[in-house]
Amino acid sequence: MHTMWSGGLKLKGYKTISNQQKSITAPIPNTLIIPLQQHIGQLTHPVVQVGDKVKKGQCIAQSKHFISAAVHASSSGTVTAIENHPVAHPSQLATPCIIIKTDGKEEWITHHGTSNYQQLSRAELRDRIGKAGIVGLGGAVFPTQVKLTPPSDTRITTLILNGAECEPYITCDDRLMREQASEILQGMAIIAYILKVPHVIIGIEDNKPQAYQTLQHALSQTALFPQLNVEIIQVPTIYPAGGEKQLIYTLTGKKIPSYELPAQQGIVCHNVATCFSVYEAIVKGIPLISRLVTVTGQKQGFNVRTLIGTPIQDLLDYVAYHPTIKHTLIMGGPMMGTALSNTRIPIVKASNCILLQDTPPFEQTMPCIRCAQCSHVCPVNLLPQQLYWYARSKEFDKIQDIHLFDCIECGCCSYVCPSHIPLVHYYRYAKTEIWNKEKQKQKADLARTRHEFHLFRLEREKKEKAERHKKKKTTLNKTKTDAIQAALQRTKAKKQPTNNSDKNTMQNDPNPTDSHSQVSTPDKDKSLL
Amino acid sequence: MIRSSPYILQKTTLQQIMLKVIYALIPGILVYIYFFGWAIISNLLLAIGVALITESIALLLRKRPLKPYLSDGSAILTSILLTLAIPSIAPWWMIVIGVSFSILIAKHVYGGLGYNPFNPAMVGYIILLVSFPLEMTHWVTPINMIEHTDKLLLNITQTLQYQFFNLLPTHTNIDAITMATPLDELKTALNSSAKTVSEIKDEGMVYGYIGGIAWEWLNIAYLIGGLWLIQQRIISWHIPIGFLSALFLMALFFGTDIDQSASPLFHLFSGATMLGAFFIATDPITAATTPKGRIIFGAGIGILVYIIRTWGGYPDGVAFAVLLMNMLVPLLDYYTQPKVFGHDSSPKE
Repeated sequence: MHTMWSGGLKLKGYKTISNQQKSITAPIPNTLIIPLQQHIGQLTHPVVQVGDKVKKGQCIAQSKHFISAAVHASSSGTVTAIENHPVAHPSQLATPCIIIKTDGKEEWITHHGTSNYQQLSRAELRDRIGKAGIVGLGGAVFPTQVKLTPPSDTRITTLILNGAECEPYITCDDRLMREQASEILQGMAIIAYILKVPHVIIGIEDNKPQAYQTLQHALSQTALFPQLNVEIIQVPTIYPAGGEKQLIYTLTGKKIPSYELPAQQGIVCHNVATCFSVYEAIVKGIPLISRLVTVTGQKQGFNVRTLIGTPIQDLLDYVAYHPTIKHTLIMGGPMMGTALSNTRIPIVKASNCILLQDTPPFEQTMPCIRCAQCSHVCPVNLLPQQLYWYARSKEFDKIQDIHLFDCIECGCCSYVCPSHIPLVHYYRYAKTEIWNKEKQKQKADLARTRHEFHLFRLEREKKEKAERHKKKKTTLNKTKTDAIQAALQRTKAKKQPTNNSDKNTMQNDPNPTDSHSQVSTPDKDKSLL
Repeated sequence: MIRSSPYILQKTTLQQIMLKVIYALIPGILVYIYFFGWAIISNLLLAIGVALITESIALLLRKRPLKPYLSDGSAILTSILLTLAIPSIAPWWMIVIGVSFSILIAKHVYGGLGYNPFNPAMVGYIILLVSFPLEMTHWVTPINMIEHTDKLLLNITQTLQYQFFNLLPTHTNIDAITMATPLDELKTALNSSAKTVSEIKDEGMVYGYIGGIAWEWLNIAYLIGGLWLIQQRIISWHIPIGFLSALFLMALFFGTDIDQSASPLFHLFSGATMLGAFFIATDPITAATTPKGRIIFGAGIGILVYIIRTWGGYPDGVAFAVLLMNMLVPLLDYYTQPKVFGHDSSPKE
């Protein structure tokens, strides 16, 4: 039924902390902090101003660029500021956010959807999904409408729904599949309709039997368009089973070549939560203003439907979680999440989990003994021990030769390392250094081209000056010679008064100014100017 | 301080790995004690002491923290492996020289744990072998051979007196208590063409049930410990399998004249074969790190061991073979990189 990639980890799931009870809904916070950038792609620009009243679901920021995702007010209220605010970022960076003081009235903007989506054109559906600000909710937050617009020369044959949810602790997709199975399937059908795919595979890790059964049941109950063939497959619970390329390989046996997108192999992969959002956007007309967030790590965990922009502190208060100095607060899962230093950071579209963990004791980092436990578990078959060696010695050419950029940063290598070396951290460092170098190189290239052009222009001006000088000189000489000649002629004529041809001679004087043409400028500098 | 992901770690530490390797040596040490006497225990204690002292000196000189590096167990393991490789009645100064050379020169001069290109225990062994060749042949007569020979058995006091004060009981010389190892005996006999293998077998002084007499049990004990290490995922199977199968195949291929050459099984269960295959060649720091590289690394050692044993100047060749293959490790690692996911399908166009 499925093919297995090499490596990976059997991790303890800790899923039952949060997946045993129905999801709950967080109250409206007093303040919403809504970042302008919650997706991969171009930054959006605010379309509201400080002091504006906004309604729930109103678009407050958008971009003209295709690869971007609109941002909406999650509740009604007043825009109180548009300013930089800390967000979940590895270096705790502050990015531009729209701050809304909520009024608690939940006044909706007029919105409408349709269940007869097949009446609409595919372009219209894509546009609606784009305008609803939907991004991949599995963590990558890539704008969904872009993924729904494959290049015209590729034909998508398989749609894969990712319900693997392979990181420990996180159960929001699990709960969503159990509670909103029919909506997920309808969202899936909309995506399948847009992409014209005949075949859908839903991949779920085998540690979620209830989700699997619920979806199976819903599939038999929901009327999808008849030519759609849907399979639901349970995949082994081996982290990172939900990695896009890993899941595609497990379900279809196709290895997506490095530096290629799945679409180039006729496959498109969407998260189950994204399908739910597509359903909401198309059928109900609700943009992406809330998501299911797993709050877990302590005795009792929860899945909370939370408005985008809710400060984490509000969410923690709601479930009575009290972080202390002994805790580590993580957004995302324990393997790939980001540690937070601040609880005023907002929930964004990417926030699938808030994990409050007891900080593990500090482990002394020891030298690498090349035991190769890391390469044994690497799902991409890299040699983490060699990558580490080159990252440490800053040999950035060699590290790319051994495929640093194929690393998916899943954290398996760091997890098993008996020397407790933060391997993934080294790879991130190396990647950033290489990107910076490339940027610098581009800048340097530009500067060099500019400098070269500057030199060229100086040379050209010098040449032109010289030419002008020469021209002037020749003209001057010619006039001089001509004057002398004329004088001579006149003297001659005086000496020979019988000769009448002197007037003709005067008229035949050549015009010396025609002999020089303009200095031509090469095409090159035109383009540079 | 904010750490980066992952935030959960497996609990295994370097110390646990080194300790498990030491545990895996226990069956071998017990068999060693049975055949060669209690002297190994005092040797091991001395070697561990020297290892800890020299490691501390090196760490202090290199301004490294003592606690994490002393407790990682690597220096102790190196000294144990070296001690098990040399004769049980080796005088104290040989252990001091061998162990301190291993730790100070072979390990710390190159940058300490994780940075040494050559197996420290084997560097120490080679230093002793080339400096004190005679003492390195002084293996005491195994207990099961005493009654078949005129050899003497020293008690623990006599052994210690010899090791620390170079005193033997009156009217005894060193030859009266030691004898050549089976590999050595067989090599000498075959090279001088004095006897055939079957004649040697009949004398009952070299061949045991499957390998070298007495030594076969030592090899079996190391094999058991080694298999446990593989089961515990402390070592991978690649190096031992590469080593043992290459040695077996070499012995099979070149040993067609069964009256003039040792059998494949004799090679596998004699000398330092199993200790080398499971405990010495598998030192991850100095071995190849890719799966394919490890098979080739192990096979190279197996081939070299056969060559040295059969045509070389030494009865056994594990130490030389390991060090020679250590030299090839960077090359092996470079040319045996596994295919990265997404790079193995044939490129388009």
